[in-house]
Amino acid sequence: MAEPLLVVERVSRRFGGLLAVNAASLIAPEGHITALIGPNGAGKTTLFSIISGFIKASHGSIRYAGEEIIGEPPHRLARRGIARTFQIVQPFADLTVRENILVGAHLRHRARQAALAVAERVGREVGIAGMLDRPADTLTVAGRKRLELARALATGPKLLLLDEVLAGLNPSEIRDIVPVIRGLCARGITILMIEHVMQAVMSLAEHVFVLTEGRIIAQGTPAQVAADSAVVEAYLGHGAAAKLGGLHAG
Amino acid sequence: MRGFGPIVVVVAVLAAVPLVVHSNVVLNFLVIALMIALAGQGWNILGGYGGQYSFGHAAFFGTGAYVTAILQMRYGVNAWAGFVIGIAAGALAGAIIGALTFRSGLRGSYFALVTLAFAEVLRIIASVAPITGAGVGTLIKLDVRAQAFQFQSRAAFYWIVLALVALSLLMAKMIERSRFGTWLVAVRENEDAAQALGVDAVTVKSAAMVISGAITAAAGCFYAQYFLFVDSGIAYGTWISIEALLTPIIGGVGTVFGPLLGALVVKALGEGARLLTGDAPGLDLIVYGAVLVLVIAFAPRGLIGGLPRARRLLTRASPVEAAHG
Amino acid sequence: MLSPAILIPAVLNGLLTGAVYALVALGLTLIYGVLHIINFAHGALLTAAMFAAFFAYQAGIDPYVAIFLLAPAFFAVGYALQRFIIGPASHGDDRNMLLVTLGIAVVIENALLYAFRADTRTIDVPYAFQSVDFGFTFLAVPRLVGFAAVFLVALALWLMMGFTDMGRAIRAVAKEKLGAELAGIDVAHVYAVTFGLGTACVSIAACLLIPSYYVNPSAGNAFVLVAFTIVVLGGMGSVPGALIGGLVIGVVESVSSLFLGDSLGQVGIFIIFIVVLLVRPSGLFGARA
Repeated sequence: MAEPLLVVERVSRRFGGLLAVNAASLIAPEGHITALIGPNGAGKTTLFSIISGFIKASHGSIRYAGEEIIGEPPHRLARRGIARTFQIVQPFADLTVRENILVGAHLRHRARQAALAVAERVGREVGIAGMLDRPADTLTVAGRKRLELARALATGPKLLLLDEVLAGLNPSEIRDIVPVIRGLCARGITILMIEHVMQAVMSLAEHVFVLTEGRIIAQGTPAQVAADSAVVEAYLGHGAAAKLGGLHAG
Repeated sequence: MRGFGPIVVVVAVLAAVPLVVHSNVVLNFLVIALMIALAGQGWNILGGYGGQYSFGHAAFFGTGAYVTAILQMRYGVNAWAGFVIGIAAGALAGAIIGALTFRSGLRGSYFALVTLAFAEVLRIIASVAPITGAGVGTLIKLDVRAQAFQFQSRAAFYWIVLALVALSLLMAKMIERSRFGTWLVAVRENEDAAQALGVDAVTVKSAAMVISGAITAAAGCFYAQYFLFVDSGIAYGTWISIEALLTPIIGGVGTVFGPLLGALVVKALGEGARLLTGDAPGLDLIVYGAVLVLVIAFAPRGLIGGLPRARRLLTRASPVEAAHG
Repeated sequence: MLSPAILIPAVLNGLLTGAVYALVALGLTLIYGVLHIINFAHGALLTAAMFAAFFAYQAGIDPYVAIFLLAPAFFAVGYALQRFIIGPASHGDDRNMLLVTLGIAVVIENALLYAFRADTRTIDVPYAFQSVDFGFTFLAVPRLVGFAAVFLVALALWLMMGFTDMGRAIRAVAKEKLGAELAGIDVAHVYAVTFGLGTACVSIAACLLIPSYYVNPSAGNAFVLVAFTIVVLGGMGSVPGALIGGLVIGVVESVSSLFLGDSLGQVGIFIIFIVVLLVRPSGLFGARA
């Protein structure tokens, strides 16, 4: 079997005295949805920042499509096909929604017309076609999350890193966006998502990694991970285990 | 071409002015205003569109002015060639300063500080270096011939600086509509998010600085030809750094016409102050400083930026584009 | 040229002048550490303070006495500037704050230029040229007084920061503005107080400098450039950095002027400034910017 699209091997990152990521290893197989979960402060976003080139790993290796990518800057990784969304959504406030997506679209399309066409298409795919001419800073949280997704999508990625793209959304908004994410995977985009919303993790992810205090403490299918006592402990409390088990059975 | 219409109209109207106005005083005022508008448009590319606020644009203005003057006086280079080389020198200065500062990751206040420092270094060096004439400055010999880029009529100077301004307006518009411009604005809005979308922020900012340096240097070259005298305080003084940033901020940062509008307003204010209280040194700058604070306080987007409808949209989806999707 | 008899006095004099530079830098770094802005008006305020000290002297007030008048006055000026102009005008945006302080700098400098022309003035205190004999060298009285005064001021600030409520409030706001606000601290007031303290430092420095230096509308700029270099070298927001950086730069300037003369010395400082900014913007002691 070919090497998975993304292979993170024993990556560590130290900030002064704090070991934020501690020999973490995970893989994201091509064409599948993989989830990275864990309690707050576990280091998930730090790991994303390392994978996407914003922070340099202190140790370890990251291979994307077979090539070592540690040390490559974010813009070059984007060109290789790695796109990421940010946990704290950062639209280009002074631009319209369309213009925001345009920035991403221009990565693969130099000509404005072509890029605009891509922006329009992506906007429709993500469900914000009606808001394209609104200023980006007038969007609701749900709208901004979709915009964040659209921007990343417009770069034509092979690997999409979604950082809590569902955070701040109410249940019906979550219900609406989950099929969009699933649709991306069906299109062939590999997805690695950080999520806290367990129902989404359960229904979307095929494989889950659990990160706690910088270390990967468990991995497996959602059901396996939910039943893992170490994972339950990490999240504090039996309520979490029952909740996960109940949802999966249902 | 859509969008370039307003530029054509404005330039045409301005071009007609010397045909109806014959007062040298008014023409002189307009020439200077246009020259400052040119310098401001240079700043606007880097600061308005790119969001990198330079406090030392005098570095480019002065480089253009000195290069033009020195090439003519010491090396006998033709004035027009000197002009072009002066612009190239400004671009080169932009490339060097940009490479040094952006590659080091300097942003915000630090960037402003460093650009200030560069301008000051150049000013001090120019005030003692023999090649610039040191404290005495450089005089361009009076030689009123078209080949020497000196004209009897002020109108000729007016049309030349207007042509330069028109070019800068076109450049701004073209940048607005290009991939480079889209990327530049993205870097201004949020550099990290832009990088995640594949924008090479360092290269984009550096390119903006090269263009910015070239345009402001052109204003400097023109100054040298119009006034025929350059010294370190004129070339690299804070006055031009201030005026170059003030005009876009008043007129509207990140807009095509902002610097032009701002220049007319700024110069009018300066003239007004002078008429009211006489020709004391420092007075116009007091007004400019106060206006800067007031504009930031009450209209940070400037005159054009504040008008909601005039707020420049980078895209304007035509029915055709919307239908095709 | 490098004989100890010439070098040692140069170093010592450098330390003495460096202390006053450090005081200017202290004001700047205090403002940066708390408000997180670079106060471009610092130089203009120093010039204004020097003019004030000059006119105080014309009115018969010795510069060292004037400190006790000017420090509170300039504290008030700084407080008002931040509270009523800079703060409100900036709408919280860093880029706007840069421009507003720049605007204020331009207004102050040119108001001084307009009012007093560009002539250079000096004052003539009796002790300006007195010096104290230390055996191996003579050191000028104004410089010795300056050195001592700076350390008194630094001590006073340190005590204030560490042991008063306002000091604690300032440190809280510097560290975590939102948290401080939530804890009930009036951030706008703290900002204004800090700006006032920074400006007061500058006014004290002006009084210390005026016995030995000239006064004209651009005098402040020369010192402020040095102050910027010190702050960047020592680390933005670091008080020990400003003090040590000040002493270092003072010595560097003094020793290099033995070899290079005055105006090239200025360029040298700028170049150090640029190099530090490019290579290590956080300075020797500062946190990452």
